[in-house]
Amino acid sequence: MTNKISPIIGLEVHVELTTKSKMFCGCPADHFGKDPNTQTCPVCLGLPGALPVPNQKAIEDTIKIGLALNCQVNEQSHFDRKNYFYPDLSKGYQISQYTEPFCHDGFLLLDSGKKIRIERVHLEEDTGKLQHTTLNDERVSLIDFNRSGVPLVEIVSQPDIASSEEAKEYLKKIHAIVKEIGVTTADLEKGQMRLEPTVNLNIDGHFTPLVELKNINSFNFAALAIDYEISRQTAAFEKDGLEKSKSNKQTRGYDSVKKITFLQRQKEEANDYRYFPEPDIPPFRISPSVVEKLRGQLPQLPDAIITDLVSLGIEQRFAKLVYNKPKIMNILNVIARRNDVAIQDTKIDINKLVSLIVNKKIDISSDISSQYKKLTTVGETNAGKLTVLVDEILTQNPKVVEEYKKGKTAVLAFLVGAVMKLSQGQADAQTVSGLLLEKLK
Amino acid sequence: MNKQIHELSVIELLRGLEDKHFSVVDIVSHYLDRLNRFNPILNVYLSTNENALAQAKQADEEIKKNGFIKPLIGIPIAVKDNFLTCGLPTTASSLVLEEYYPQYESTVTRRLLDAGAIILGKTNMDAWAHGSSTESSQYGPTLNPWDIGRLPGGSSGGSAAAIAARLAPVAIGSETSGSIRQPAAWCGVTGFKPSYGRVSRYGVIAMASSTDSPGPIARTVEDAALITSVIAGIDKYDATTSPREVEPYHQLLKRKDLKGIKIALVKDYLLPSMRTEVKTLIQNAAKHLESLGAKIEEISLLDPKYSIGVYTVIQRSEVSSNLARYDGIRFGHGRESFGDEAKRRIMLGTYTLSTGYYDAYYKKAVAVRSKIIEEFENTFKQFDAYIGAVSPGPAQKLGATQNESMFGEMADVLVNPSSIAGLTSAGVPCGFVDGLPIGLQITGNQFEEAKILDIANLYQQTTDFVKFPKYD
Repeated sequence: MTNKISPIIGLEVHVELTTKSKMFCGCPADHFGKDPNTQTCPVCLGLPGALPVPNQKAIEDTIKIGLALNCQVNEQSHFDRKNYFYPDLSKGYQISQYTEPFCHDGFLLLDSGKKIRIERVHLEEDTGKLQHTTLNDERVSLIDFNRSGVPLVEIVSQPDIASSEEAKEYLKKIHAIVKEIGVTTADLEKGQMRLEPTVNLNIDGHFTPLVELKNINSFNFAALAIDYEISRQTAAFEKDGLEKSKSNKQTRGYDSVKKITFLQRQKEEANDYRYFPEPDIPPFRISPSVVEKLRGQLPQLPDAIITDLVSLGIEQRFAKLVYNKPKIMNILNVIARRNDVAIQDTKIDINKLVSLIVNKKIDISSDISSQYKKLTTVGETNAGKLTVLVDEILTQNPKVVEEYKKGKTAVLAFLVGAVMKLSQGQADAQTVSGLLLEKLK
Repeated sequence: MNKQIHELSVIELLRGLEDKHFSVVDIVSHYLDRLNRFNPILNVYLSTNENALAQAKQADEEIKKNGFIKPLIGIPIAVKDNFLTCGLPTTASSLVLEEYYPQYESTVTRRLLDAGAIILGKTNMDAWAHGSSTESSQYGPTLNPWDIGRLPGGSSGGSAAAIAARLAPVAIGSETSGSIRQPAAWCGVTGFKPSYGRVSRYGVIAMASSTDSPGPIARTVEDAALITSVIAGIDKYDATTSPREVEPYHQLLKRKDLKGIKIALVKDYLLPSMRTEVKTLIQNAAKHLESLGAKIEEISLLDPKYSIGVYTVIQRSEVSSNLARYDGIRFGHGRESFGDEAKRRIMLGTYTLSTGYYDAYYKKAVAVRSKIIEEFENTFKQFDAYIGAVSPGPAQKLGATQNESMFGEMADVLVNPSSIAGLTSAGVPCGFVDGLPIGLQITGNQFEEAKILDIANLYQQTTDFVKFPKYD
């Protein structure tokens, strides 16, 4: 087969906001690990006559997320009711946003420079949780409403993502951003961030049926699920040639043990949620000055911090590892900006330092420059010993040396690695590389 | 005092208590006695408060200790059964909520209790407030105290009948479209619909969320004003309540004439199908207001039939969503317990919100609603109020709703526009046709409660249409 296969991937990301109270009532929003139904009230239980009162902080947090994702903020906005039945949905409808989300039309840049368009960022309420269990030998489904009404932000991308790698990078960046602006702890294991890729393929202009992957709670699983879908859909299309239509959209789950996706629901037709404006909550007017105020409250975002670090001479791979670690960032800022006289003299190689810190060779709670000195001078003072090691490796690998001399310079990395291994990680890679190049001339 | 306790208004009861003519226990036991005698005939109350006497004793103690700090201390009150009340079952006259005991108190009853009022019991209504007859109650209809072969109107039929038969000095109702004013008219008593957003809906079983307005049904406009001043005002549990300050409405009833007041008589509300006698009563009312100094002008407004269309679509849509929570999992009873009217409304509302129909129905209805609101805004630039009949005719016979799924809409055609625009309006007795009371509506702009109550009070003070059928 020589078909050209292009995956088309969109991502819906749900993020629970870490506000003090829930979206429409005064109950605590922190529900993780609490005894069932201990954090409820008439509003989030959907009792007769109860009314929602919106949480202003949650709205501001949503707008902040939108701004961080380069979105436009709607000056006019309102909540809608999304009507559907499910036992964990206390009112028989979810208060969400449909026609006028708080934010729309933003984007996120991948490191490659590729722009992933963001369709919308809206606010809604989380549902309760069902527990299927056995009580007194009877199979029962219990409902815990602690999570009911917790503010949930939905970030919807356009289907601009072309691979599981891109999806993973996008997700990691979203995660980094929402955490950095301090609106959520976004703990995936606690379900505070839930991932829903929609995947189909363009095979030579034929589009395979849409698949929505539901409630994935790890970036790796999301990538694995997408890859599984790509191969599954490719195989399915080869077999049945079925193309996307209004009636064959599927919802699938991901089984992380079997590493497969499995069918949850075949949609016969589009769900009719009978959206209409929530009459219990007046519409919002969000003035440009409020938007600017919230924009002013945004901290420096991860990509900007990383760019800063890079401009200080720190390699991007290291910058990505340390940008969100405040203690390390403090040290780097001091050292990299050379504004600490005591450290100036030591001529610290900033990347070497970061590498040592990241690999936990340096204990950042005690004196850094002396540790650095001790660790780095080993390689240099034993230059003689290092030459012995280099010679040893060259002798052990005549074929590789030959390849190098034929012009396959990429094998140098292998030789450097071998010397490093022999030195038990003590040697400095650049020094080793220099020595090798000398010998191989 | 020559009058018996049940003949006294709230203001008179408070005065009597202050003058120590009787105690709260006297008042409450007098009413409980009347309830025992007449409720079995009229089916006004669905449940009564077993602790009423004990609470009356407490109120007497409190008066001894603190005097009359609380504005409604010791006043018994009847509450429509769609207001959540702790310790009293709240069913909205539906079997779905049979024996349902609320976990929290509605804001309106909370404020009444805090003001010292004592709930006598919960009054019958159309199930879920769907209707204008109280005939759709799943606990049987309330009978009109003026003629027990007739309907009391609805949906607050029990509350209106309670006032007419003097089974409570004052009652609470709720109006989505006419549900306070229309039963008040059919029972010959005073009903007051505050503006939408003036009184909290928290703890009121929702009917149509965008028009539901709680309000009083009373003997007099003065009592209605007093009750409104207690229950109105912003509520942190209802985002649609207005932050505007609440005025002491009962203390602002000062007019001795209507000089400088411009009142519109809406020609289109004198329907061709209406009986001449009703039209005459409304024209008489206009003349009377004119004699008090008001300037009366006939105007034309959008045919009220458009309001009915708008209201029917919006209300059914909201109902279909609001009743979704009664899914059979909680509250003890399944969906099979819904009556026919609720089922009809759920089906119609589900249809009007469905993909492909939303634009044709819901969206169009919202657009027309904006037109109606705009028309009223213009009207109130020139006029202080408009008047018309509350209902096209007097109370209809029991069974009149049979096979008439639009019965309520026809009975409420003249109050419908004001409801969908969220206006405030008083309904006061303005005469009799065939021995049955007829109601006049005096309607004003949003949040003009003080002005409308003042005009209505003067009308009531200078006319003699407040009568009560004999239940002794």
